[in-house]
Order: sequence, then structure tokens, then C-alpha cells
Amino acid sequence: MSTLEAPSSAKVSVMAAIGQALAEEMRRDPRVVMFGEGVATKRRDLVEEFGPKRVRNTPLAEGIIAGTAAGAAATGLRPVIDLLFAPFICFSMEEIVNSAGKLRYISGGQFSFPMVAIAMTGCGWTVGAQHNQNIEAWFAHTPGVKVVMPATADDFKGLLKAAIRDENPVMYFIDMPLLHSEGEIPAGDGVVAIGKARVRREGTDATIVSYAKTVLGSLQAAESLAGEGISCEVLDLRSVKPWDEEAVLASVRKTGRLVVVHEASRTCGVGAEVAATAAEKAFGQLKGPVVRVTGPDAPAPSSYALEQAFVPQPDRIASAVRQTLKR
Amino acid sequence: MTHSPHEPSPADFLETMMLIRAFEEKNRERNSAGKSAGTCMSTGQEAAAVGVVTALSPRDRILTNHRSAGHLLARGADPGRMMAEIAGKSTGYCKGKSGTLHISASDLGVILTSTIVGGELSLATGVGLSLAMEPGDAIVACFFGDGAACEGIFHESVNLAAVWSLPVLYVCENNQWQAYVARRETMLVDHISERAAGYGIEGLTVDGNDVEAVHAAAREAVSKVRTTRKPYLLETYTYRQRGHFEPDDQAYVDKEELASWKKRDPIDRLHGKLLQTGALDEAAVEKISRRVQERVEAAVAFAEESPYPAPEELTTDVYA
Repeated sequence: MSTLEAPSSAKVSVMAAIGQALAEEMRRDPRVVMFGEGVATKRRDLVEEFGPKRVRNTPLAEGIIAGTAAGAAATGLRPVIDLLFAPFICFSMEEIVNSAGKLRYISGGQFSFPMVAIAMTGCGWTVGAQHNQNIEAWFAHTPGVKVVMPATADDFKGLLKAAIRDENPVMYFIDMPLLHSEGEIPAGDGVVAIGKARVRREGTDATIVSYAKTVLGSLQAAESLAGEGISCEVLDLRSVKPWDEEAVLASVRKTGRLVVVHEASRTCGVGAEVAATAAEKAFGQLKGPVVRVTGPDAPAPSSYALEQAFVPQPDRIASAVRQTLKR
Repeated sequence: MTHSPHEPSPADFLETMMLIRAFEEKNRERNSAGKSAGTCMSTGQEAAAVGVVTALSPRDRILTNHRSAGHLLARGADPGRMMAEIAGKSTGYCKGKSGTLHISASDLGVILTSTIVGGELSLATGVGLSLAMEPGDAIVACFFGDGAACEGIFHESVNLAAVWSLPVLYVCENNQWQAYVARRETMLVDHISERAAGYGIEGLTVDGNDVEAVHAAAREAVSKVRTTRKPYLLETYTYRQRGHFEPDDQAYVDKEELASWKKRDPIDRLHGKLLQTGALDEAAVEKISRRVQERVEAAVAFAEESPYPAPEELTTDVYA
């Protein structure tokens, strides 16, 4: 079976799930176009099905790739761009932040920017700091832009489809080592709403909120804590902006304890926002300190040993839960 | 002098250039009086805007920049809605959310005004891609300055438009100033158009203070982009007679250089020529001048009478 056709309920890699989402959305809507560095080279199946006008290679020029997407989005197309590695987005910041993020507002709503920017990030492939930096919080702080960062194949597919259908610019971050992980994909459309968290494990003693790769570490921590009689609820945010405040607060009100986990650097990261919101809106229900488990305020290393030290591992997450339980 | 019924006459050129100047002067005056925010003027560059914009068809699109009043007025924008926008009023083209610098008017095809120098260049290829993928022969004209031509995005934009064969007319208004830096400090050559060859496209420099020459060159360039579906780099060589951002005392400007360019002022030149050829007499020019002043005064009145946006507007139009 071609990886571009959705099977009923078979295990599919994240990479294939992304391919399925792209093909299905391009089939569904002729306005969807895709371009970027090596897009046409790597996605021959899309070129063959949709033609070279809709699937294009570009020069290695991230500024104009993003700018072209913004200009095209404002005038009727729905571009998906591949910017490869997240740090390369530094070359695209003007176009994403100042144009795609602001020109709808500045123009008094005359234009919208339905575009998706895909980029890989995250420890695991030892690519080093200039190919790996979890910069999702930058865009959470950017008006007009949405951010998603899935953890499993079904969400990679469903959120990409939602992002392509969204009328706003969406940053779609791929935690690199997840690309080869496999998961079941539901039959049918499988669109996953942006802004909705997913309860990955139900529990009563503490809430662990995470997204992307560290959801898996959080689940492992929850499993080992269960052996100690501690029941953890694990929430996968899936969307960093907008993030599902309601789901997080509901869980925190139930458990009274909150640990936020992400690989991105600590200071002003997504965890700070989640923790502050819990303090503002669920202070009365909190039974212990909110604890963050994050990457350090350091560039990502390339040595595998250091990379793994960078990532919040299950034992660190478990300790944080014990800390909030004062055990 | 002959012209087709659809072609603007030299008297039309004069009137539009005078309107642009009067409109911008009024803004400056209002700024000095504390009634309006600072603004970027295009005094001396009116011919470059009018000559090119009038060569476009209504179906064509325009991307402009922080010095945009000329492009908007030449396209037929309502001075009242522009003045209201500058004053931050809800009746402005962008509901008061743009202010003086970023006005766009989608119903006029004036889209995506970016005031990040070079921002318009980054968007032009996307608009060009949309036009290339739809039926029809519309093109997009992208106005930028010599300052933007020194941004890296200039290279990325023109190169991609050339490689993808996009219908983009790049119009560089080389006004000799890049914010507060003289152009000669930033480039070893005089003409941006010379760079066209490096991208495998056509380029041309025209006297940007001669509206009829600009218009003729622009008509030729528009026709080429429309039929070949390839980009073209047209440079209007002109001069920014005012400072970068009002209020500006221009203490950094070479007085002799400014004086010599003022002698080639595009409005004075056309005015003089039309009197000399007998196409217009002083009474006719006086009539145009009165009409222009009345439109600007009416625009001010409309802006002043218009309400400010309601506070709830603060967070609308962020997301679609």
C-alpha cells in the first residue's frame, strides 16, 4: 500500500502520516501548494500527483520562502512551506512575525494568511545547536501566529490537516526523533482541532502537562510512579498556541498538583505560561508548588550524551512529581 | 499632445502629482501643529509614483511601502479615508489600525503594505505566484527604494521571481536616501537596474522626475511582464526632497545637492512644460490647484469628524 493512502487502522510512521496529510489536503483543495528547500526532490509522489506547479523546490533562502508563502496566502493560495530545521527560521522571522503575523491586524482585517511553516527540531539526532532549538515559545509570544507540536502519528496527521485548513499562519514543529516512531492512524479525515489538549493517561494525584517528545517521557514517569502508588494524569497539549487552558485547569483542579515538562529552554518557556496560569486561576486548588522540568538555558549540544542530558528524562520528571507531592 | 481616452493626459498627471504633494504637505503641517503623527513624505518622487501606477490596469496589484501616499492617491484612493487612517479613525482604509505608514486598500488592489524596508519585496513573489497560478494576465507592481535594494531579501526576491517566472514588476524608486544615510555611502554603483542582468532579467533606469518618461517606460515594462510572465526591474532615478520621517530638519543633507534636485522638481517641470507648449495656461493650473486644495481640506474635515475606533477593536482582526 502506498504511504499516501490512509489505511483503516494500521501502524504508520510519523513521516508517512505527514505525507498522508499533505496528499489528502492537496487532493481536497487545489489552492494548497507546497514549496521549500528540496520539497520537490524529496516528495516525488506529491510532484507526480499534483504537478510541478503545486510542489516546488526553492533556493536555499528561508526569508523569501516564508515571504512568498505570506504573499501567496494573502492572495488566494494556501501554502505549506518546509523550512527544514527550526533554527533556519531565524532567516524567516521578518516574514513570519512582521508580515504573516501582523498584516491582518494592520490592514484592519482585509487579508488573512492561511499558511503552514514546517520545521524540525529536538534532541535525538545529534545535529547540534544550529539545527536543533525548540523555539516554539518565540511564536507563542508572536501575535497572529498559531503553534502546534504533536507527539504521535495520528496527531501529526490530524494537526497538519487542521493547520492547512486554518485561516491563520501555523507553525508546525516536528520533534525530529519522532519522525520514525509509529502509531495508529484513524480511518477517515482524522482532523485534530488546534488548541485542544489530549489526556494521555488519567490520574488523581498529580497533573503532568507536556507536548512533543517529552509526552513519552512523561508517560514513562507516570508508569513508574504508579508502582509507588502515585496516580498521574498526563496531558499532551499538542498545541502551544492557542493552548488548552481549560483542560489543564480542569485537571489541576482535580489533582491539585502540576508539573510542566518540555525540552525547550526554561526561561519564559511554555511551562512558565502554564504555571503562571495555574497560579492565577487555580491557586486555591493547588496543594503543592508547580514544578517545571525543562531543558537548560543553553544551546543544544551535539554529543549524544549531552543531548540526552538536555532532555527531561523520565527519572527527572518522576522526581519533580515527588517534589510537588513533598515526598 | 494626443492620448487615448483611457490614457491619462499630462494635465491629469499634473493634478495627481499636485494632489499627492498637497496631501503630504497637509500631513506635515498637521504633524507640526501636533494634530497628527509623524510621517514619511515622498516629496520630489511624485512622478515616479504617478507615472508607474497609471500604467497599470485595475486588475493589477500593487505592493508599496512606508512612503506610500503617492501610490495610493495615483491609484484613486479616497484622500478622506487616507487622512482618517493617518489620524487613527475608524473610517480609515484599515479601520485606524494602520496609521500613516501601512495603508493598504484591497478594493483598489493596493495590498500588503509593509513598512519593514524590504518587506514588500518578500511578499511580491507570493502575490506573483498567486497570479501565475490563476487564469488571466494580471501582474503585481512592487514599489521599493534603494534602501530596500540593499537588503538581502532583494536578492532572494528577484532571484526567485526570475527562476519561477513570476509576473512581478519591480519598481525601485532610487531616491538617493536610505533613511538617514546617503545612497552613495552604501553602493559603489549608481543604478539598481544594473543588477537585473545578474538575475537574467531585463532592467532599465528612467528619469524619475519626468512623469511622461516614467509613464512611457512603465507602459513598456508592464506590457513585457504581462506578456512574458517574467519579472522586470524598472528603476526611477529620483530624489527625496524631504527628510526620512517628519519632523526632520534635514541637517544631514547636502544643501547644494538638494537645491540642484529641487530645480528638477517633477511638478515644476511638467507645469513649466505645459505652460510652454500651451497645453495649459496659468488660469487652468490655478483651477487645478484650487480643486486639489479643496479635496485635501475635505479629507481633513472627514478625518476630524470621524470617530476613533471603539476600545473593543484593540484585539479584533488578530486572527481570522
